[in-house]
Amino acid sequence: MPEMNIIQAVNDALRIEMRRDPRVVVLGEDVGRFGGVFRATTGLYEEFGGERCIDTPLAESGIVGTAIGMALYGLRPVPEIQFADFIYPAYDQIVNELAKMRYRSGGQYPAPLVIRTPVGGGIKGGHYHSQSPEALFIHVPGLKVVIPSNPIDAKGLLLASIRDEDPVIFMEPKRVYRAARGDVPEGDYTIPIGEAKIVREGRQVTILAWGAMVHTCLEAAEKASTLDGRYDLEIIDLRTLLPFDVDAILTSVKKTGRVVIVHEAPRTCGFGAELAATIQERALLQLQAPILRVTGFDTPFPYTLEHEYLPDANRILDAVARVVNF
Amino acid sequence: MKLEVIRVIDDDGKVIHPEREPRLTGDAHRKVLHALIRIRMVDERMLRLQRQGRLGFYVSTTGEEATHIGAAAALRVSDWFYSAYREVGAALYRGYALRTFMCQLFGNAEDPVKGRQMPVHHSVRDLNFVTVASPVATQIPHAVGTAWAAKLQRKDDVAVAFFGDGGTSTPIFHTSCLFAGVFKVPAIIVCRNNGWAISVPRSVQTVTPTFAQKAIAYGLPGVLVDGNDVLAMIHTVAEAAARGRRGEGATLIEARTYRRGAHSSSDDPSVYRDADEPREWETRDPIDRYRKYLTHKGELTADVEARWRHEITEEITDAIRYAESVPPKPPLRTMFEDVYAEVPWHLEEQFHELEEHLRRHGAKSGH
Repeated sequence: MPEMNIIQAVNDALRIEMRRDPRVVVLGEDVGRFGGVFRATTGLYEEFGGERCIDTPLAESGIVGTAIGMALYGLRPVPEIQFADFIYPAYDQIVNELAKMRYRSGGQYPAPLVIRTPVGGGIKGGHYHSQSPEALFIHVPGLKVVIPSNPIDAKGLLLASIRDEDPVIFMEPKRVYRAARGDVPEGDYTIPIGEAKIVREGRQVTILAWGAMVHTCLEAAEKASTLDGRYDLEIIDLRTLLPFDVDAILTSVKKTGRVVIVHEAPRTCGFGAELAATIQERALLQLQAPILRVTGFDTPFPYTLEHEYLPDANRILDAVARVVNF
Repeated sequence: MKLEVIRVIDDDGKVIHPEREPRLTGDAHRKVLHALIRIRMVDERMLRLQRQGRLGFYVSTTGEEATHIGAAAALRVSDWFYSAYREVGAALYRGYALRTFMCQLFGNAEDPVKGRQMPVHHSVRDLNFVTVASPVATQIPHAVGTAWAAKLQRKDDVAVAFFGDGGTSTPIFHTSCLFAGVFKVPAIIVCRNNGWAISVPRSVQTVTPTFAQKAIAYGLPGVLVDGNDVLAMIHTVAEAAARGRRGEGATLIEARTYRRGAHSSSDDPSVYRDADEPREWETRDPIDRYRKYLTHKGELTADVEARWRHEITEEITDAIRYAESVPPKPPLRTMFEDVYAEVPWHLEEQFHELEEHLRRHGAKSGH
């Protein structure tokens, strides 16, 4: 199995699907000759030509809006929004159109397509290249929201997303685009949407995370295992945020009785709030401590102080200590 | 800049541009006139029904019928029709059944969109009449995308988008024209300039003399057409479709017409506009003009129209009776279906929660 990073895995998935399914087209800003600002579409223009790997005008609403029209006609578009921070001009098209097509037409006009977009901070990108807007899409009925943390999942989930019959917002954690490496199976495989993955088994505290934060949580777990009062953490990578894997979460919570939720996005109305509410509704009597959240702060994403803003291993371990010692 | 207003007949139905006159058979002409009269009569009855409290809401197209009926007559059913909420006549022209139309207005158990949208938000898959949205102009990029997909798949279908003059103020109108121009797609982008966006006049939507001239900025041909001349609409849309099918790209059309009625059943134009204005436009009525044209041509006699009117009245009455006899609400589960292709676990749970609630407390009143 070749070792790949997330960008290479995304690229591999796109190439496999474009070879397999002539309906798949990629469109977006700089995705053609340049291969994307993160190089995720490298080589697609050369292999599939400008009609299937399309450089568009700089207009996100147009990219998503025309992709919807293509999907209605039977294509499988995979538009790229260069940074999730730039997605808002397309928000109306995503929320009121894309997400509602199947429903409002009584099932007559589904619009399956995948919007790929890099998310998250830690790359010296400031407010406009660092946001984690997943909650804004999870809250919209009609969308699925997927975010892999590693190349193996990135490839399998992207292939599953393009073949899905519903619109998918596919978020790519750009901080670990190149840093997260792994042996990626060659050829075609999918990872089902809606299934979480236990990336580290443990008995003491359940840590829920996704995207780049999975790596921060793993770092915290390593650190915790060498501390005096060792903590035994179970880390769940949600992978799909909607529909999320409630069974995997509850199984773990019933085992550990303690939960810490970690995300980069601001705390208030972040997805952690939904998870915490769901867990207490279904497993209150199994909980040994309040559910804690370690998140970005309720500020715009800062430039110079980004590492103060982002959850890190020590902040996670502080929360772990609080739930363990409650 | 000055643009010619494309016309075929004058206000008295006399041919002034024979070189543009569509070559239609007598039957084809009568089908168009029948469609114009039918949607006029449907609108009148639906507004009465709304005033009687039997229908929640309605949007009529009185005075503007020729814009979209003309477009429908110029296109094939395989061409995709993206309408705003004022062009259902195009679907009826293509064969949308009046009983089904009525069930949509009622949002009842036989509503094809399952009671999920307000009246007039139709969707007719087998006629390529795409689901209607309330927000303005959001469908234009979809038409451009559909036309683009047809081009990429080497099919010769075109896609048409309709929207009002207010729609040209939205960013998505401009973005859509841009994409249509850059990618040279077979889209027909039709601004139905009826002078009013609810209470705001056309003069507030732009200071340029026409909407058609905006095409220049996007490298598209811009055509200004008399939207109350159905023959001019057929001619203009047919030419735009032929250009698209020849691979020459999109066309922006401004169809100049007038909204004689209210924006919808929920507003009162007497508050914001001079009552003389609609009366003046009545003299340019698209049905009167076309009827005179067909009468001059010897293709229409008064008894034919009288028979149609009788039949249409009966048809509407039947459709209303039918829709009122259908169970008023779709099954509860439809609320949770079609959000996704399959009902996911959380919606399944929420469905059972609601079902249990209703079992304990009884059905909700109101419709």
